[in-house]
Amino acid sequence: MNLDHIILTLILLAPLVGAAVLALMPESEGSPDGSKRHAIGALLVTLITLGLTLHLPAHFHYGAEPHTFQFVQNIPWIASPAIRYHLGVDGLSMWLIVLAAFLAPIGVLASWNTINTRTRLFYTLFLLQQVAMLGIFVALDLFLYYGFWELSLVPMTLLIAAFGRTENRRRAAIKFFLYAFIPSAILLVAILWLYNLTGTFDLPILQALAASHAIAATPTALLLCSLAFLVAFAVKVPVFPLHGWLQEAVSEAPTAAVMVLAGKLGLYSILRFSFGIFPEQSRHVAPVLIALGAIGILYGSLIALIKSDLKKLAAFSTLSHVSFVILGIFTFTVLGVDGGVFQILNESLIGAAFFILLGLLYERYGTYDMRDYGGLATRHPWMVTMFVITVLAAAGLPMLSGFVGEFLILSGSMQAVAAHHVLWTVIGASGVIFGASYLLWMIQRVFYGSVGMRPEEVPGWDLTAREHLELWPLTALFLIMGIASPFWIRAIDTYGTITADKPSLFEPTGLKHSETETYSKILSQDVLSGTAAHQEVR
Amino acid sequence: MNTSLLWLIPTLPFAGFLINGTIGRKLPRALVATIALLFTAAPAFIVAQLWIFMKSAGAPLALTVTSRPWIAVTGFQVNFAFAVDHLTLIMLGVVTGVGFLIHIYSVGYMAHEEGYWRFFAFLNLFMFFMLVLVLASSFLLLFVGWEGVGLASYLLIGFYFTRDSAANAGKKAFIVNRIGDFGFLLAMFLLVAHFGTLNFSGIFSRISATPLSGGFLTAIALLLVLGAAGKSAQIPLYIWLPDAMEGPTPVSALIHAATMVTAGIYMVARCHVLFDHSPFALTVVACIGAATALMAATIGMVQNDIKRVLAYSTVSQLGYMFMACGIGAYSAGIFHLMTHAFFKALLFLAAGSVIHALSGEQDMRHMGGLWRKIPITFWTMTAAVFAISGIWPFSGFFSKDEILYQTFISPSPLAKLLWLVGLLTAGLTAFYMFRLWFKTFFGESRSNENAHEEHLAAVHAGKSSTLTLEAEPDSAHAHGVHESPLVMTIPLILLAILSIIGGWVGIPAALGGHNEFAHFLDPVFANAAAPAVEAASHGLEITLAAVSLLTAVLGIFFAWLFYYRKPGTAAELARKFQPVYSLLDHKYWVDEIYGRFIITPLLGFSRIILSGLVDAGIVQGTGAGLAATTRGGGWLVRRIQSGNIRSYAGWLAVGAAAVIAIVLFGHNALPH
Repeated sequence: MNLDHIILTLILLAPLVGAAVLALMPESEGSPDGSKRHAIGALLVTLITLGLTLHLPAHFHYGAEPHTFQFVQNIPWIASPAIRYHLGVDGLSMWLIVLAAFLAPIGVLASWNTINTRTRLFYTLFLLQQVAMLGIFVALDLFLYYGFWELSLVPMTLLIAAFGRTENRRRAAIKFFLYAFIPSAILLVAILWLYNLTGTFDLPILQALAASHAIAATPTALLLCSLAFLVAFAVKVPVFPLHGWLQEAVSEAPTAAVMVLAGKLGLYSILRFSFGIFPEQSRHVAPVLIALGAIGILYGSLIALIKSDLKKLAAFSTLSHVSFVILGIFTFTVLGVDGGVFQILNESLIGAAFFILLGLLYERYGTYDMRDYGGLATRHPWMVTMFVITVLAAAGLPMLSGFVGEFLILSGSMQAVAAHHVLWTVIGASGVIFGASYLLWMIQRVFYGSVGMRPEEVPGWDLTAREHLELWPLTALFLIMGIASPFWIRAIDTYGTITADKPSLFEPTGLKHSETETYSKILSQDVLSGTAAHQEVR
Repeated sequence: MNTSLLWLIPTLPFAGFLINGTIGRKLPRALVATIALLFTAAPAFIVAQLWIFMKSAGAPLALTVTSRPWIAVTGFQVNFAFAVDHLTLIMLGVVTGVGFLIHIYSVGYMAHEEGYWRFFAFLNLFMFFMLVLVLASSFLLLFVGWEGVGLASYLLIGFYFTRDSAANAGKKAFIVNRIGDFGFLLAMFLLVAHFGTLNFSGIFSRISATPLSGGFLTAIALLLVLGAAGKSAQIPLYIWLPDAMEGPTPVSALIHAATMVTAGIYMVARCHVLFDHSPFALTVVACIGAATALMAATIGMVQNDIKRVLAYSTVSQLGYMFMACGIGAYSAGIFHLMTHAFFKALLFLAAGSVIHALSGEQDMRHMGGLWRKIPITFWTMTAAVFAISGIWPFSGFFSKDEILYQTFISPSPLAKLLWLVGLLTAGLTAFYMFRLWFKTFFGESRSNENAHEEHLAAVHAGKSSTLTLEAEPDSAHAHGVHESPLVMTIPLILLAILSIIGGWVGIPAALGGHNEFAHFLDPVFANAAAPAVEAASHGLEITLAAVSLLTAVLGIFFAWLFYYRKPGTAAELARKFQPVYSLLDHKYWVDEIYGRFIITPLLGFSRIILSGLVDAGIVQGTGAGLAATTRGGGWLVRRIQSGNIRSYAGWLAVGAAAVIAIVLFGHNALPH
């Protein structure tokens, strides 16, 4: 049976049906044997979804024409306005879909013990959130996409409001919702305006129109429209300085929700829609975004340096890491874009592991305040091992996944043609110093030295089998993605090459013309041979 | 020779790391040690095969192996690829040979420690990364080893992680190294942007073929120097190495003396094509090296902790090697790297044996008169002390002399000054090493049983205690000073032999040798801007050697006078020149200056400006609330209390509008 044409629908249906079934299952508080039934159900559903998504990399056609989508399902839905049920996958979205599906069962395991009241509500919302995320990654019709985009806000808001950690949860939820919702409203206006102009919501058609300059609007109007898109996405990422919602949302949200809170949805949307429909406008604003990315890296890590609350530290660490992606993709170089997309994967996995580990600490000791910790390494040898591996991946240690992304991003930004790119590269690269600083300091304060106040009062235990099961897949991926990156970048590169500008040489001042020529020759030969070798690999 | 054997050289120690790292906790100690030793001995054996192969092949050696790509995007690719040439071969020999000996020693030294498996797992991990570093055929793979040895160093310095000072030292080492890595990374970004590759062969052949404008190469070279200064503990980043002595002594010997810290020298030598095209960068290297050599030597004169003396001595000797590279005498630098690996590893291991004998005592003020009690340690350490002081015919004499001679005849305008600094450093080195020798082994024993017990109690109470964790005295050890077991003394003896004869491969023609070492490296440094050796006269070389020997003897004489003949002299001098002594004793206050003028302001800036003002005040949208509550003013408070939502929305709108405004208007103001 050829699943290729319905696989995406199946991927969406699985969590949707699962959510419906869980919602119908009665709440089971009190009975000790039945109390896990929603969790078990959600685990099954997410595993099935993950299995389905693995179909994509297994059958992905790497030699496909550029700008085409695969596993397409394109059915008219509403005649007027012309809305289509149009789904598809390319090198950009494929691994993101697998990533989202991969994190879901881990998220369920991470909630296994921490969520023990209102489990029906929790897991139903969790699966709906899953539907929304997967939908965002596969939708190729702007209207359909917008539906999933809005859908992604609601379960997350409710998860924060209902399952937040402290009394502050409702405030955090409202803040998150407003930050996401208001720009989304502007996004809707922009989408409708675009429809008015072109008569279509269909992304491939819009992309083709944009490429041939066939969208009939003044440059200013198009720029404004592109900004409406960009700002909506940038808040969701979040891009500095639009990260006002992040700290509180991260502090409050339960582990399973915080794992998918920031990063990939907004970043993917920028790559897909801002870059797809507004290639020129995106290049126009690129210097600003490069600057914001570089500043975000430094800003995030400098603030993380002084935070003693682990969750807040993690929030600014997240800001710093997503800023790397922003810096990379707006360079419009192959290295920057490929590295940026790869870094979305890394950032999500590393962030997930980090938040799980913080959750484990909280589960045992009931605090996120580092000052209460200390000397845990002897008590939790496995936990400290996992922590250190995660932190090293986050700090960009070579042979772990974070390095490949950061290296490509910063190499790309050094090649960029944008104004002051050398300065922004230097600022971005300084993140390696401060990133290592706050991460290692955190490790020291929590795990080394003498045993802290809190652990002295409360006995803690090392990782349980379930916790091992949550963490091992992630840490294994850090290592595998760190040494075998081509396995993932191969698909990403098909997107990167069509999105980036033609490679241009960084020319030092004072280089004579003849020398430049020789260089270009040598470089082009090298690029050719590089490509040949690259194809061999394929 | 099957070149795929090259893969085994680093991967075997990695396998050892994996085995001990995952299941070592449950294995008996003997098995853990056996695994660690086997997986270190095997690469040493392969390297020996390589040497034999190279001897029989005769031709200049250049082996390469390439595997699948590590990073591959359109237009840029880095493979897992190793290359072996004569330079790499020397490094391989030093790393596997000295590394193996130190592994053996550790079996005895760490015998009573908790976390035995962890120690050997990390040690093997270090071997893996160090071997990757020297085998790498591209900047990026070298960087893998570069960062990896930093990681191993971090883990091993912080081996006694329950001790705050150890955890601090590990963190400090990693972060200071990261500052250097920042430079290394930027250099790589520039190389990628410019050459589209990071392979050594590709980049160096292009630089040789079409020399670039000096400014660009100088920028890259200086960034690389920053990296090297971090790893090889040069000014301004040397501050982590003395603190790194918190690690177990075998770690200090292997990582912080013999191998890892020489990575910066190796990297500069490896990139000599690049440096040769930037005279300015070379001059910077030479000056950094000379300044570091002198400064560290002066600090070393007043330290009382035996390991700290050796640490500053390492910094100083690394400065020597840096200076050699800076004047283009790469092979002299590598020669000194090799002999230094022998005698400095020996010094640390012997110091470890002393510490072991004294049940954890590291303060030289509580030593003395040990030479009869621990004769093997004494005689082996004596060989090392003579070697580092540059006494003929010990190994250090030849390598140090080569550097001084090459510096003297270098065409650099600073040549004579650098030479003078080098000579002065040689004298100071002889002084403080013999100070250590006299204080440790001669005179009255300053650790009689009672005082010792008292001191032990004090050490136990003190924060800087090494005793409770390191070399825990068991019942057999608690009574009296004792010689170390064979498993520790055999490596000492082997290293002592190497410290004596290790320099004989580089006897210059002026002293009747053939300088085989330099000729061995000729294929690597053939194009280097090394000073023309033939031009100089043998007479000059012999004269200079005599001068440096005399300086060393002078240093020894003063050490003898101050610490043996009239033991009170030093204290008297310290009183007389109190400001100078205080300056040295406080290591020129460099740590304090960095703390006061860099770290504190930076944290303050983050806390007050970024976190307080920008983030809480503006970005998070609570600025109005903060202002209102502090002023206690009326309407704002009511608004905040009643309308949080509106205020968020408002701030969000302001933020978004600002971004749009920047994009629309501000953007055109930026130059393109």
